[in-house]
Amino acid sequence: MTPFTRESAALMRLPVANVDTDQLIPARFMKEPRRPEGYGRFLLRDLVAEGTAPAPAPGQTILVARRNFGCGSSREAAVYALADFGFRAVIAPSFGDIFASNCVKNGVVPATVSEEDAERLLGIEALPATVDLEAQTIACGNVVVPFRIDPVWRTQLLNGWDDIDLTLAEADSIAAFTARDVAERPWAAPRRD
Amino acid sequence: MNSPASLFDRLWDRHVVKRREDGLSLLWIDRHFVHEGSHHAFGQIAARGAKVARPDLTFGVADHYVPTRGRGGPVPDASIARMVDQLSANTAAHGITLFGLDDPRQGIVHVTGTEQGLTLPGLTVVCGDSHTSTHGAFGAYAFGIGASEVAHVLATQTLWQKKPKRMRISVEGATAPGITAKDIMLTIIATIGADGAAGHAIEYAGTAIRALSMEGRMTLCNMSIEAGGRCGMVAPDGTTVAYLKGRPFAPDGALWDRAQEDWAGLASDADAVFDREVALEAAVIAPTVTWGVSPEQALPITAAVPDPEAMADPVKAAAARDAIAYMGLTPGQPLASVPVDRVFIGSCTNSRIEDLRAAAKVLAGHRARVPGMVSPGSSLVKQQAEEEGLARIFTEAGLEWVASGCSMCVGMNGDTVPAGERCASTTNRNFKGRQGPGARTHLMSPAMVAAAAVTGKLTDVRQFA
Repeated sequence: MTPFTRESAALMRLPVANVDTDQLIPARFMKEPRRPEGYGRFLLRDLVAEGTAPAPAPGQTILVARRNFGCGSSREAAVYALADFGFRAVIAPSFGDIFASNCVKNGVVPATVSEEDAERLLGIEALPATVDLEAQTIACGNVVVPFRIDPVWRTQLLNGWDDIDLTLAEADSIAAFTARDVAERPWAAPRRD
Repeated sequence: MNSPASLFDRLWDRHVVKRREDGLSLLWIDRHFVHEGSHHAFGQIAARGAKVARPDLTFGVADHYVPTRGRGGPVPDASIARMVDQLSANTAAHGITLFGLDDPRQGIVHVTGTEQGLTLPGLTVVCGDSHTSTHGAFGAYAFGIGASEVAHVLATQTLWQKKPKRMRISVEGATAPGITAKDIMLTIIATIGADGAAGHAIEYAGTAIRALSMEGRMTLCNMSIEAGGRCGMVAPDGTTVAYLKGRPFAPDGALWDRAQEDWAGLASDADAVFDREVALEAAVIAPTVTWGVSPEQALPITAAVPDPEAMADPVKAAAARDAIAYMGLTPGQPLASVPVDRVFIGSCTNSRIEDLRAAAKVLAGHRARVPGMVSPGSSLVKQQAEEEGLARIFTEAGLEWVASGCSMCVGMNGDTVPAGERCASTTNRNFKGRQGPGARTHLMSPAMVAAAAVTGKLTDVRQFA
């Protein structure tokens, strides 16, 4: 995962609430292999077609939307579509929990702002925006707003570390846990006749 | 003396392998279900040359892409066949038990997993599917995860998690006749919003919840994600134990006794602390339907399509305007006058035997005015419904009785609602295009869908009582 410190780029404004992961990538595209073309070409396909969303433009890497962005299905493909298009940060007053977690796994910053600040960013004419993860601020024109992010996620995004490697180093703790657990909860194993 | 603990506190504490300074905990995972969508995660495992740490705790189920017609023959669509075949190959390569396309136990992962007795009180259960919250009905900590986390569980049987906040939703009193778990849950979501429980683990409590069957509790917990919750759960009790006894993978003999002792101690202490409490009165809950494109856009069937111009919150008003346009409705139009083009009974939310019985009870002796499809939650539910004569009621009403899978809830297998058509559906998401591009979905209980089938419009099922 590429570490994230600061990103300056064109801002995509999506003044829509409850943009669910079915909109970020409609289900019918999910049987396509991700490589080599990537899922960016499917991003927001149906909302763009019906005129609710502007077409994402090359060079835009930061997106701002209304509340509950990324709700719904756990499909990580929704984040693949954003990341493959080039997005590195999403800004909203609230996020679907699983989506936000998936963002972090793919180096995309889920930045939580107040409803008022989301509306301010949505109201600014196209200007480059800067997301600064160390300072936890978003700057766009003469507007500078703070954002919230879980401190653990922030550290992971700044460092770009790999969870699985980290966990495999915990093999001794896991072995100690399972030895104790099998004794305490022998009933928890699936019965195999 | 220990400080008071909630059910969720207990579930969390007993699974912590290691606590890190920064607030993350490494949690042990007791059950991991994988479906066709797991191919990204198996790909990640293959890319690093890792193997599955605990294939004995991992179970595969073919559901998202499986055809519901022509079962037993070859899968006609090559790209769909590839999705199903990939799951078979990945599970076989790692020694994982698979409830595959031709297995008599095949079904929707959240129906098969629970009816097989794989989900037990006190367990952690994960799956790369947001409706994994369903399994919380047993008093388990069950939550949906993305592909990267699926790969992490495959490689380590653990997950790094931050403890969610605790939220208790209490529904006290008795519900009126004809009110189901689906009506309770749609009312909860309409009350707290589609992000109302974001960052929270929900515990459902109160006399109206205790009165629900396991099927009802599964419907309730299933839609926790539709309220933004990380998971939803109901403390295990006699209803839970009676449901689990004798299930194929549930413990038996001395282990069964020991398990019951353990489960009896899981419920929240009377003075347990919650970060947030919400209370609803059961008696005021009416048969509920959605009118918009988010599950929070739900109202009693006796209400009318709302008027965005009368809404105080401009963001809500904009969302309502957009939803009403997409749904082809008019502000002020009575919901009980909205004609439907088809019906669907199925999905991990409402496809269990009790759901099919409720729908069949309304349909018995009637002809459906619109076409529709009934997809039972598992192949075993299908068999049981056929034995009970329910399948005949559906087919005699003119509805199509098909095999089990996610089907028209997500449309991945090709079962879709045509563009512009309106579907009364027992599913969980009324998102734009969820049932197919341009499809218009109204969510409701199985009995309400059956009533809509009979009249050809959204209908108050209480008039069939």
